[in-house]
Amino acid sequence: MTASHRDTAVIDILGARKTYPNGTRALDPVDLVVREGEFVTIVGPSGCGKSTLLRLIAGVSPATGGDISLAEGFAAPKLAYVFQSPTLMPWASVQANVRLPLDLAGIARAQADAATRDALERVGLPDFAQAFPRELSGGMQMRASIARALVTGPRLLLMDEPFGALDEITRHRLDREFSELSAREHLTVLFVTHSIYEAVFLSSRVLVMTSRPGRIYGEIAIDRPHPRTDAFRGTTEFAAYSARLSDMLASAMPEMAR
Amino acid sequence: MNERNWMSIAAPVAVGLIFLALWHALVVISAVPSYIVPGPLLVLDTLLQDWESLYDSLLITLQVTGSALGLAVLLGSLLSILFVQSRLLESALLPYAVILQVTPLVAIAPLIIIWVNEPYDALVICATVACIFPVIANTTVGLRSVDAGLLDLFRLYGASRTQILLRLRVPSAAPYFFAGLRVATALALIGAVVAEFVAGTGGTRSGLAYQILQSGLQLKIPRLFAALFLITATGVVLFLLVSWLSRLVLRRWHESELTQLR
Repeated sequence: MTASHRDTAVIDILGARKTYPNGTRALDPVDLVVREGEFVTIVGPSGCGKSTLLRLIAGVSPATGGDISLAEGFAAPKLAYVFQSPTLMPWASVQANVRLPLDLAGIARAQADAATRDALERVGLPDFAQAFPRELSGGMQMRASIARALVTGPRLLLMDEPFGALDEITRHRLDREFSELSAREHLTVLFVTHSIYEAVFLSSRVLVMTSRPGRIYGEIAIDRPHPRTDAFRGTTEFAAYSARLSDMLASAMPEMAR
Repeated sequence: MNERNWMSIAAPVAVGLIFLALWHALVVISAVPSYIVPGPLLVLDTLLQDWESLYDSLLITLQVTGSALGLAVLLGSLLSILFVQSRLLESALLPYAVILQVTPLVAIAPLIIIWVNEPYDALVICATVACIFPVIANTTVGLRSVDAGLLDLFRLYGASRTQILLRLRVPSAAPYFFAGLRVATALALIGAVVAEFVAGTGGTRSGLAYQILQSGLQLKIPRLFAALFLITATGVVLFLLVSWLSRLVLRRWHESELTQLR
């Protein structure tokens, strides 16, 4: 990665806040910069405002205050969002689900179908275009969901605990595949998880967030080349990073108790 | 066909046959006159004998029921869509839909029949009033029961209101709509029959209710039974038709219509 790439802030957040109309402070002023090509992960307990932060960045929920800016060429449809659950339309085939962003944008059918086939191939689901979501396993549904995110050719991916509901084995495999995919396609990723190991495995930088109100407590850089392979999980480095992250989370805890 | 499916058809058929046999036996043994309780064979015979006039009446009743159901689906769905677009409109209009629903049809029917010149139109309006509420209520709930994540997704990709309605709300509402349609189908037939009873006539052409009314007055009880049988059969066929339609639309994705065993 070149130095100029590193300097380009894709997401630039200054003092973003979110207070719900009922008075709940979901997010205290948060500052965050994500640069082009980075894989940044936010780790924190449930309800710490991680999802809120992603929704603010995506623009599906308005911030109460502060400033959130996306670099030119990184807003939707070049920004894609992957939800906690696969969030597929149960009445539509996998193909129609993946094609949805293109259909909504009014892209011609032939072109949209080609892009859809390509996206399904990239996530390893080329043979399931005509299947319905409920005919797929949880892992396959998640792949379809990622294919839908990729179909517009995004440069920035926001991922909200995408693999959280999957079994450990499937999760490891999808983590590895996603690490390859994001490196290959030079995606900038902001990823949310509450798994320490997933965070260390995937990220170039991990941020620890405290809960209620949510704010960023600290960060750890994971200095290993991408894409990561399963061998990384067995290294002492991996164990050391995991321990450091675990310690940081623990020391963030007293703050949460307040 | 597996054993379970076979049983689910054979068992009710057997009950029906036993019932018919008992009915026949009781009529023969007790020697009730046919103008009080006709036996099943006599009813069948009358049905075949009077088929021409009964069939004409059946068509009228079917027409009234079908038109009312069509109107209820059309108006009910449009109202639901309006309700979902505007909470204000819903809170303004829904109470009146409820009032219309809770007021007994027999109480409003005479008014409608007086106000509307053409008796056939009056019957259709009565039957529509009788069956529109489940369509409105269910479709409105369905149009609102949209997955929050999917709604975020549509908004993220800049979907218009129309796109959200047609691509997200309408398909989400389908299972609710069909549940409402099943109830509405039965109510439309009841409405058509009750309205004709109140009107005392189907106009120049009369429906099955009129046949029942006349047969009763003339003590043609077998004919009354035959007309009654036709109404019931119509109700069952309409219900099966709507269930089939529902299955056709929902079977690949909705839990309520999944055919595979778990």
